[in-house]
Amino acid sequence: MFDYILIGATIILSLSILVSLYRVIKGPSMPDRIVALDTIGINLIGIVAIVSMLLHTQAFLEVILLLGILAFIGTVAFSKFLEKGVVIERDRDQ
Amino acid sequence: MTLLHWAILAPFLLAIFVPFLYKYLKAIHTGWFVLLLPVTLFIYFLQFLPNTYNGNPIIETVNWIPSLDINFTVYVDGLSLLFALLITGIGALVVLYSIYYLSKKREALGNFYVYLLMFMGAMLGVVLSDNLMVLYVFWEFTSLSSFLLIAYWYERDKSRYGALKSMLITVLGGFAMLAGFILLYLMTNTFSVREIVEIAPTIINHPFFLPAMLLVLLGAFTKSAQFPFYIWLPDAMEAPTPVSAYLHSATMVKAGIYIVARLTAVFALAPEWIWLVAGFGIFTLFWGSFNAVKQTDLKSILAFSTVSQLGLIMSLLGIGAVSFHYTHLEENIYTVATLAAIFHLINHATFKGALFMMVGIVDHETGTRDIRKLGGLMGLMPITFTIALIGSLSMAGIPPFNGFLSKEMFFTGMLRAVELDLFNFDTWGILFPILAWLASIFTFIYSLKLVFHTFTGKYQPEKLDKKPHEAPIGMLISPIILVSLVIIIGFFPNILSYSLIEPAMAAILPLGLDERFYVNIYHWHGFTPELYMTIGVVAIGLAMYYYLTKWQSIYKLHPEKLTLNKFYDGGLITLENTSDKFTHSYMTGFIRDYLVYTFAFFVIALLSAMYMLDALVIDFSGLAPIGIYEGILSLAMVIAAFVVLFAKSRLTAIIALGVVGYTLALFFVIFRAPDLALTQLVIETVSVALFLLCFYHLPKLKQELNRVRFRAVNLVISVGVGIVVTLIALSANSTRLFESIAEYFVEASYEEAGGKNMVNVILVDFRGFDTMLEILVLGIAALGIFAMIKLRTKKEEGHEN
Repeated sequence: MFDYILIGATIILSLSILVSLYRVIKGPSMPDRIVALDTIGINLIGIVAIVSMLLHTQAFLEVILLLGILAFIGTVAFSKFLEKGVVIERDRDQ
Repeated sequence: MTLLHWAILAPFLLAIFVPFLYKYLKAIHTGWFVLLLPVTLFIYFLQFLPNTYNGNPIIETVNWIPSLDINFTVYVDGLSLLFALLITGIGALVVLYSIYYLSKKREALGNFYVYLLMFMGAMLGVVLSDNLMVLYVFWEFTSLSSFLLIAYWYERDKSRYGALKSMLITVLGGFAMLAGFILLYLMTNTFSVREIVEIAPTIINHPFFLPAMLLVLLGAFTKSAQFPFYIWLPDAMEAPTPVSAYLHSATMVKAGIYIVARLTAVFALAPEWIWLVAGFGIFTLFWGSFNAVKQTDLKSILAFSTVSQLGLIMSLLGIGAVSFHYTHLEENIYTVATLAAIFHLINHATFKGALFMMVGIVDHETGTRDIRKLGGLMGLMPITFTIALIGSLSMAGIPPFNGFLSKEMFFTGMLRAVELDLFNFDTWGILFPILAWLASIFTFIYSLKLVFHTFTGKYQPEKLDKKPHEAPIGMLISPIILVSLVIIIGFFPNILSYSLIEPAMAAILPLGLDERFYVNIYHWHGFTPELYMTIGVVAIGLAMYYYLTKWQSIYKLHPEKLTLNKFYDGGLITLENTSDKFTHSYMTGFIRDYLVYTFAFFVIALLSAMYMLDALVIDFSGLAPIGIYEGILSLAMVIAAFVVLFAKSRLTAIIALGVVGYTLALFFVIFRAPDLALTQLVIETVSVALFLLCFYHLPKLKQELNRVRFRAVNLVISVGVGIVVTLIALSANSTRLFESIAEYFVEASYEEAGGKNMVNVILVDFRGFDTMLEILVLGIAALGIFAMIKLRTKKEEGHEN
């Protein structure tokens, strides 16, 4: 029974990814796409967590952490890029 | 190594020391040191005369590459000795002549004598080698050194042209000959000429026999300037005159004659051999003499004359080969042709060498070789005139000089070709005496022209650069010796019959034991058809010479466009242009085109291999069931991939690529590969960031924000690649030949390596070597990127190519 709930949750999350993907493709502006990507990242975290429950393993917990970090860094980097045109600024004294 | 081997190698060894002699002993002309060697060798080779006279050939072998049956075997019989004496004898005279001809101050004598000695050694190697491969090595050495000698004055355009032409043509023939030798080896299983001759009758029906013959003949014809390959010889006249005298009259051009004579015993049983050798020879004789008349340059006349005389010798060798079809010596009337060939070979070397040296003297003393500027030199240069007169009359075949004797015998040989009832000679054989007779008339005309246009007539000092006077005595010694030989052989022809000629004949036409050829050359042999032919030659030749200006216009009938030289030049240009066009047609410089070729080849090769080997097997048993997650993830991946293809902007494509990468990471999760998933996520993030970096730095102007252009070919190829890879993956998955070794790792990773993470144990323990090298790859990539960014020494200029 529990497995069915998990599978159902995965499907819902997958659909949510697909919908976000639509926004990534369509998204009229760049920030739309970035937010959609961030959402996909978070959804992926959820999927990985559920899958690791389904597979009865703890091997993927690191993946969850990593995804969280990457989604954060990626979104921040994108945002900075959109705002300033560069991701890493040069030292000012140079 | 016997003394005989050292004799062949001696010129090469001396060639090493020549530059030092030239550099450190400036006071003495380098030629004097060089002169010692051919004289010594000539005397050394004279000692072999008793051996060959008694029919005891000398064989000495030194192992070179015994495992391939290639050994430096020296074989001295009558034919080799005759050539060796010619090479060393005329070599000595030419070196002596060159000492006076080439200036010590102005010319690079070191180069000259190194090349000349290389050539001499190579030529000795050609005529004395019994092993075909060694012979070929020396053969190429003669081509190479001849190339160097023709281009001796390399700052002249024409010298380089002539050198290139002779190189291309003779090396073409050389390669053909190598192929022929290899076919001979395949048939007989030996490289030794003597052994091949012994087996020869058994291989005549072998399928390789005819190709081998044609290839060897191609080599011989190109080297000996036979029709249509003679065109390099007139252009080789840009060489210094001693070189022309040595290489292009007496020795190198006779290498082809030597090969034909040497291999007559192998091929003569085939009618094709007789037809080809005799036919090409007689036509070359006619064509060369016909064209010699129209030349205005003295050396060109001599070049065409050499071509025609070589044709004469070649045709005689062809007719002489008929002897192999008769078993009894008494009734064999064709041996006289071989006798004439050898006799004329000697005679030609003497008078042609003298004539070339004479032309060199005229050139040296007047500054021109143009027959239209010369004239009336008889009073100024009496000795040179005498040399020219004797040489030319001998060449024309006038008694009492040696040319007369060989020409008479030549007519005899040609007349006997008519009587031959083998191989259709009864229908076409009549052409031989007719062509021979016509060619003799033209020979007569150009011989007279050579002497009388140069030495008689009006003296035109205003057209000459220098004030002509008689040459220094040193320059005259060599031609005087040669014309003395012309006269001596002319008056006493039989001094050479049994010492040189008979052993050489015996080498070309092998006999049974205790048989000897009857060689008796005499001036008067009664009122024979040959004599009437000679009288006709003289009479008609004189008349035609007198009315030369009247009929000379027939040479204009042969249009310039149809000459063989035009054909050669045009052929080279066409060849170059065609290959250039061909290369440019597919080497477009665009990577996209090369990728199309690569992938198209990939698809075609793999699909056809799969089809021909019947390798397509698709077996769905044993596959895992497909779950719903895999389905959704695949769908997402496919959609993202299509987005990459059809994206309108690059940014969309990059993000969609990122989606593909993250979905792949999810697949790794589902297929239980946590390490892969971790790595994939990080790497995908980094590479998407890098892509964005690249995207941002694209130049503004060329930003193509429009979609990828559609091309049908690209679509077909990409679909093809996808299908091929899919089919191969399915087939490979369907045919498992053996069990996986994964079980071992499962069991051993903790027990043997002490780790529970199997992937990591494999990476650092079981197969740590790969990991090390991949660390190296990453290190190189990092250093490379750092270097590319930091090292910008200069602005890039154009493309790499």
